[in-house]
Amino acid sequence: MKQPPQKKDGPPVASSVAASERGVDRPVEKERKKDLPPPRMQFDDESRVDKAKRRSLLNQPEARNRVELFRHLPPHKNGSQLPYLESKFFELHEMHPSVYKVGLQYLTGDTSGGNARCIAMLQAFQEAIRDYSTPPEKTLNRDLTSKIGGFVSFLIECRPLSMSMGNAIRFLKSRIARLPLTLSESEAKAALCSDIDRFINEKIVLADKVILRHAATKIRDGDVLLTYGSSCVVEMILLYAHEIGKQFRVVVVDSRPMLEGQKQLRRLVAKGLSCTYTQLNAISYVMHEVTRVFLGASSIFSNGTVYSRVGTASVAMVAHAFHVPVLVCCEAYKFHERVQLDSICFNELGDPDAVSKVPGREDVNYLDNLTDKQKENLQLLNLKYDATPSDYISVIVTDYGMIPPTSVPVIVREYRKEYLLI
Amino acid sequence: MWWRSASFILDRQQEQNANVPPNPESLLHSSPPSSMADSLQNPKPNVSAYYQTRAAHHAVVTSDWLAQAQAAVSIQTEDDSSGSDGRIAPVTGGKGDDKAFSVIDEFNSWRKQPDLAEAVAAIRALAAVIRASQATTMMELEIELKKASDSLKAWDTTSISLTAGCDLFMRYVTRTSALEYEDFNSARSRLIERAEKFGEISCKARRIIAMLCQDFIFDGCTILVHGFSRVVFEVLKTAAQNKKHFRVFCSEGRPDRTGLRLSNELAKLDVPVKLLIDSAVAYTMDEVDMVFVGADGIVESGGIINMMGTYQIALVSHSMNKPVYVAAESYKFARLYPLDQKDLGPALRTIDFGVPIPSKVEVEKSARDYTPPQYLTLLFTDLGVLTPSVVSDELIQLYL
Repeated sequence: MKQPPQKKDGPPVASSVAASERGVDRPVEKERKKDLPPPRMQFDDESRVDKAKRRSLLNQPEARNRVELFRHLPPHKNGSQLPYLESKFFELHEMHPSVYKVGLQYLTGDTSGGNARCIAMLQAFQEAIRDYSTPPEKTLNRDLTSKIGGFVSFLIECRPLSMSMGNAIRFLKSRIARLPLTLSESEAKAALCSDIDRFINEKIVLADKVILRHAATKIRDGDVLLTYGSSCVVEMILLYAHEIGKQFRVVVVDSRPMLEGQKQLRRLVAKGLSCTYTQLNAISYVMHEVTRVFLGASSIFSNGTVYSRVGTASVAMVAHAFHVPVLVCCEAYKFHERVQLDSICFNELGDPDAVSKVPGREDVNYLDNLTDKQKENLQLLNLKYDATPSDYISVIVTDYGMIPPTSVPVIVREYRKEYLLI
Repeated sequence: MWWRSASFILDRQQEQNANVPPNPESLLHSSPPSSMADSLQNPKPNVSAYYQTRAAHHAVVTSDWLAQAQAAVSIQTEDDSSGSDGRIAPVTGGKGDDKAFSVIDEFNSWRKQPDLAEAVAAIRALAAVIRASQATTMMELEIELKKASDSLKAWDTTSISLTAGCDLFMRYVTRTSALEYEDFNSARSRLIERAEKFGEISCKARRIIAMLCQDFIFDGCTILVHGFSRVVFEVLKTAAQNKKHFRVFCSEGRPDRTGLRLSNELAKLDVPVKLLIDSAVAYTMDEVDMVFVGADGIVESGGIINMMGTYQIALVSHSMNKPVYVAAESYKFARLYPLDQKDLGPALRTIDFGVPIPSKVEVEKSARDYTPPQYLTLLFTDLGVLTPSVVSDELIQLYL
């Protein structure tokens, strides 16, 4: 069943609601336009919204009940779009199958976590580069760059880029631009593939090994370590410390709706660590017996702010109030020059319906069957990330050693050339 | 809940370890163990040699204490001489013995001079290694120096300036050896020259720091000082020579009672001095305008490691909004990152209470504590006046 991509209207209820929203906005906008410069937000601009809708691959129901403060963020792409997207495969002739596969994995949430997504994306790009052949009358540099750009737009459609992916794409594009023109096509492709391999190996795999060794020195016998959610680096640290024989126990803190901690808990218990599992609302109850907190990060900004899974900031603040040192473990390639002061201006929205439903508890259905009038008053918000201020972080463990949060811009400045291999 | 706390378990473990002959490497440091170090252990690892030396230089010395110390030192040298012959697997026959013996011996002889900084003593000892070495290429010399440096570091793991000084010199050597065009002998003489100059650099550093501090000492101010730091003494001496009117509160600094020594020296300079017992610091903090301390080591977070009592004074000053200034040379920057007090390797020293203590009573024997960077206002170093967050910047530039 094919739906034409031009179809703009979602279910009629939603569109009428949206139309009324827009109707209200329009006269207000026209008045404001006389006095003020035109609004810069793309979402307010009618023609841009239409253009984006026409170009978008995924059929979005008109966004309703969205929180005003977060309207600038792209709405969540539902996993239920999967059959629709699968059917459109043959229309997307520009797409390489491995990139397509990775995009679908992002959409459904099978691949999540900064490192995993970045590695999956880079390996897909490697495949695409191997299968690439320069069309006649075009140079490899420019054409390949535009192709990569196309792949990236598709991936953004499926799920907004994480910081690690952004840095990796910047690295790849600069590498392509730097290719000497004298190379033949096969040599250029081989060089790019080996560069990608080197990036993955040096910046992720080896960096993780260095981080393990540094972080394990901070774990003493008798410690009670707290970890939040599921970070691959923190899990590696705990397993490594257990292997080298340190005696400690772990408290895994988890939160709805993702409940990512459960997977990590399973893996830790399988290796024989003694674990405690609790939810985020009990954090101040368990914090008094915790000696160290280990957190992962999606990215760290230049003012030392840690951008990580939503809930991390709460854990760090409670730990700080109890004078428990907080260690953030993050590879250096995830550092970014941006400065972010709050969790609002840049974030990612998750599925709002996941907040109102509890899987496995059909009796918790208080938010079902609301009338439209009631639904207008209810706005569901599901954020994916939050920003932890640098005051709550004791130390950042990177492959460059243990640094205080104030030294992130130093690493970015000194090693930007090196860590992005630019 | 105290029976479950990590520090309690750690202390219990240390007790158990104390019954077994202790190996400093088993205590959790960030420095990597070396196999060579096992053979050249400090024969009295329970007591920090660094703090013993400081006590010897600056503390009030009673005659029987002196006798004890001398006896202890002579036992150590005997152990060294008897131990090193048997324990070292000689790489170059008898030369290995001599060298290993001479490094630590040299170091000890340099260190005995009270005015010489630890790091300078270490570098002079390493310079002696270069002089005595028979190597013919830079690579060989580097390897010898590395071995000597490792053995020095392992001999006293608690001294941060020693480790930092060794690391700095090794770094200079590595950078020098990268220059291919020089012939070996001129490179070698340059290294020796540099090592000799380091002593002057250290003295000059003190003078630079003293000059930088002058702007912060205003007429009529009251300065609180803790412990006997030669750098801080230089600062106060220069201020007195510049005819500034200020007075100094010295905390007693038990158990070494370094405050007594410092107040003595200051009185000779005609600076008004008031002596406080350690518990009186909070009581007098109202009248104080600023706090000056030295540092045994400055760590990567920007905090300092200094004589026991510094953290207490910093906490009191911070809560009463008095600035805490740290005066230290830049070679004391170390790549450590303590998260709390117990995260440092233990540096223990014997405390003499004057009366016999029953054996069932435990005594907190640590000689140093860690002051986190949020309680420090400024660091005065020979690189300039820095804020604590710049330390990591400097370290990254130096070591990475």
